[in-house]
Amino acid sequence: MHSRCALLVGFAVLGACSLVIGLLAGSVAVPVAQVWSALFGETTAPVHDIIFAVRLPRVLSAFACGGLLALAGALLQVLLRNPLADPYVLGISGGAGLGLLGASALGFGYAASQAAGLAGALVAVFAVFGLSFRGSEWNLYRLLLTGVVFSSGCGALISLLLTLAPEAAVKGMLFWLLGDLSAAGSSSWAWLMLGILACLTTLFAGVLNVLSLGRNKAASLGVAVLKSEIGIYVAACAATVTSVGLAGTIGFVGLIVPHVLRLLGVTDYRWLIPCAVLLGGAFLTAADTVARTLWAPLQIPVGVVTALLGVPLVLVLLARRP
Amino acid sequence: MTLSVRGLEAGFTHHSVVRGLTMDIAPGQCWAVLGNNGSGKTTLLHTLAGIRAPRAGAVTLEEHALRDLDAAERARSIGLLLQEEPLEFWGSVLEYVGLGRYPHRRARFAPALEDERIAREQLDLLELSAFAGRPLASLSGGERQRARLALVLTQQPIYYLLDEPLQHLDLRHQARILAHFAKLAAGGAAVVIVLHDPALAQRHCDHALLVFDRGAPLSGTCETVLTAANLERLYGIPVTL
Repeated sequence: MHSRCALLVGFAVLGACSLVIGLLAGSVAVPVAQVWSALFGETTAPVHDIIFAVRLPRVLSAFACGGLLALAGALLQVLLRNPLADPYVLGISGGAGLGLLGASALGFGYAASQAAGLAGALVAVFAVFGLSFRGSEWNLYRLLLTGVVFSSGCGALISLLLTLAPEAAVKGMLFWLLGDLSAAGSSSWAWLMLGILACLTTLFAGVLNVLSLGRNKAASLGVAVLKSEIGIYVAACAATVTSVGLAGTIGFVGLIVPHVLRLLGVTDYRWLIPCAVLLGGAFLTAADTVARTLWAPLQIPVGVVTALLGVPLVLVLLARRP
Repeated sequence: MTLSVRGLEAGFTHHSVVRGLTMDIAPGQCWAVLGNNGSGKTTLLHTLAGIRAPRAGAVTLEEHALRDLDAAERARSIGLLLQEEPLEFWGSVLEYVGLGRYPHRRARFAPALEDERIAREQLDLLELSAFAGRPLASLSGGERQRARLALVLTQQPIYYLLDEPLQHLDLRHQARILAHFAKLAAGGAAVVIVLHDPALAQRHCDHALLVFDRGAPLSGTCETVLTAANLERLYGIPVTL
């Protein structure tokens, strides 16, 4: 109990630190005092624009996306009872990618392509649900397989688009597919979503604990299984679609953050959910800061950094585990 | 407070496995359920527990059909030990067993010291106290079976529906567990146990339900139901009692 409290506070501090460091670091060195005065003081400070127009939106977007992805991963791992589930396993990234790349290949502008990506993600959510739901029965194996097959189909079409697209456009497409926060605009919508979903899922986390015993056991303990499962699906999809709409398909965060917490001994979802939101946010913010400063002014896709930072961390934790 | 079964037909969407069952299970009774593999014992137990809808007929608790009861209220009255459970559970043995308190929980986040005390008591009873902090996944098959029994005991229902509770258990634990449930029945609980040994049924239970592959099930006291003729018809082999 106390150790889990300490972990939660620790992750909150970690999250705050990642935001502060993200504000301080960048291709232009800005001293702490100037960041402070730009944030809370006069609007005429020379670095005011750098902080407010560039860095603050970016670190806030990174944190919101990381939190949403970790939340979605944790939820889908319970729903599908599969430790390999990540936010994209049910085809949301495939649908979004296909929509966005398809629209930009057809010559639509940036805003229209973004909208097409969002539409593609929503189509995937409803198509996969509709194909796996029969009458009042919901077979979760069918859900998982439908999602995986749907993803592969979209993946094949995305590869086709990449081969056919003009060379100049391919790099931008690859950045989006690997996840990219450089174009992320206002994240207020994502923060609102993160707040609502994190509160709701923490409130109902007791149900997640019981559901992880399996459907029959959960039903015999008084859980309304089908309703809860649909709720989890909707919450996970809302989180993923929001994050994909903001920053493309950033990999690894949603898969690995819940597992890192479990390896640290947090298995009760009442603690795991808030911890995952904080750790996911902190992790993605830190990864994005690395991505844009390591070879500044060159930027690496943040999805590459999440994997490169996350892989050794998880391998160390796995090796330490008796 | 009686669990009444009237003209029950239990089964799946397209076929039924048990037909024409009428019986009353009252607190204080200990029932043995006997039958061949695939005769429908598990499906019947799930229907009695209210997690599977009957195809026809009704299961009522205190005049209320199970499907009309609030799910948590039903779970406070009826506990079900499943024959099979998915293996993935990431938490500790104590966390696992503590989930049996779920239907009793009032506050979502209040520290549930009383619940933990009950869970630890059941772990103690099943000789699992030393494993309380270990991951459930690290337990042996028999130890895990005892943890699952501890979860149902932690639920503290009135009706215990136990699907093959003795699987994976060594002889000593088999005897201890049957004796414990007999004691619970004597103290006012109702116990329904799926068994594969008529001798155990005769020794520990006062009522028996025979689930035949074909035809209506037969229920009654052990003396009237557990006869050589009935058991030969049930198992299709010669039986001497």
